[in-house]
Amino acid sequence: MSKNWPLWEVFVRSKNGLEHRHFGSLHAADAEMALENARDVYTRRNEGVSIWVVESKHIRASNPENNGELFEPAQDKVYRHPTFYNIPDEIKHM
Amino acid sequence: MMKEELYEYILGVADNSLILGQRLGELCGHGPSLETDIACTNISLDLFGQTRSYFQYAAKLIGNDATEDTVAFLRTEREYRNVLLVEQPNTDFAYTIARQFLFDVFHFLFLDQLKNSNDLNLSAIANKAIKEVSYHQRFSTDWIKRLGDGTPESAQRIQAAIDDLWRYTDELFHTSNIDDKIIEAGIGVNLSELKDPYYSRVIQVLEESKLVTPESKWFQKGGKAGVHTEHMGYILSDMQYMQRTFPNMTW
Repeated sequence: MSKNWPLWEVFVRSKNGLEHRHFGSLHAADAEMALENARDVYTRRNEGVSIWVVESKHIRASNPENNGELFEPAQDKVYRHPTFYNIPDEIKHM
Repeated sequence: MMKEELYEYILGVADNSLILGQRLGELCGHGPSLETDIACTNISLDLFGQTRSYFQYAAKLIGNDATEDTVAFLRTEREYRNVLLVEQPNTDFAYTIARQFLFDVFHFLFLDQLKNSNDLNLSAIANKAIKEVSYHQRFSTDWIKRLGDGTPESAQRIQAAIDDLWRYTDELFHTSNIDDKIIEAGIGVNLSELKDPYYSRVIQVLEESKLVTPESKWFQKGGKAGVHTEHMGYILSDMQYMQRTFPNMTW
């Protein structure tokens, strides 16, 4: 039965003020069912205050074959991290 | 009003949740899909939670050495007061959903009134439970629509289940002499007032789901008086097994 249902990705916000995070995926026939299933599968132990669902097919993923051109150029550019400032002693936590 | 009468009344309310919860629990690991399996057992746990609240109160009322466990597990079949509807088997997923829907619509209307009970324990339980049951009703209503307005096979199966279980709906509104006393005392819910809103809501959903409302005026009854269908003994033998085999055991 569930073989024929499309796959959905579930995002749950666990507390007000935090962002929605990817929790997992599930099968459902429509958006309402996806929300209900997500409520039952992922929030029954009081994990959430808000749920988003999106059909997995609508997610465009980067291609692992392109990892070289996408991500490698960032590896040797340490100057993009704000680590070269001298922080005054009186500032403790930064 | 006697404590024993209130105790009897509470059984009539709580046994519905207990037996329906037990029926849904049978689907644990056996649901048609992982998602519906978890949904049904979630509802089951909601119902058991409600049952515990009722039985803890009921046990206090009769005193002696009664506990929620003795009330739940150590009665004989004739002492259970649930309606026949909730003991009907999980013949297929359509039956499970039809049984749930026909009970949820009643359960929501019932709790909505029980919130106003003069008995503070019962109104507190109702206030908590109605949020759960509101979700149950949404779940089963959505599924009635999906199956009714789905494929020819799903429509045929859910129609068959509705037709078959329809005969058990009238009993939801029956009262015993004890019930009537509790209702007069402002503690119990006046069931006759729920009947019209119940059938109009059910019929509305059936129409939206392209299903036919059964015309039969022949109804079954007996559960509320302790006279159950043949299924009840099997349910109890499963449910009571541990307490009967190892008396007074605790987890």
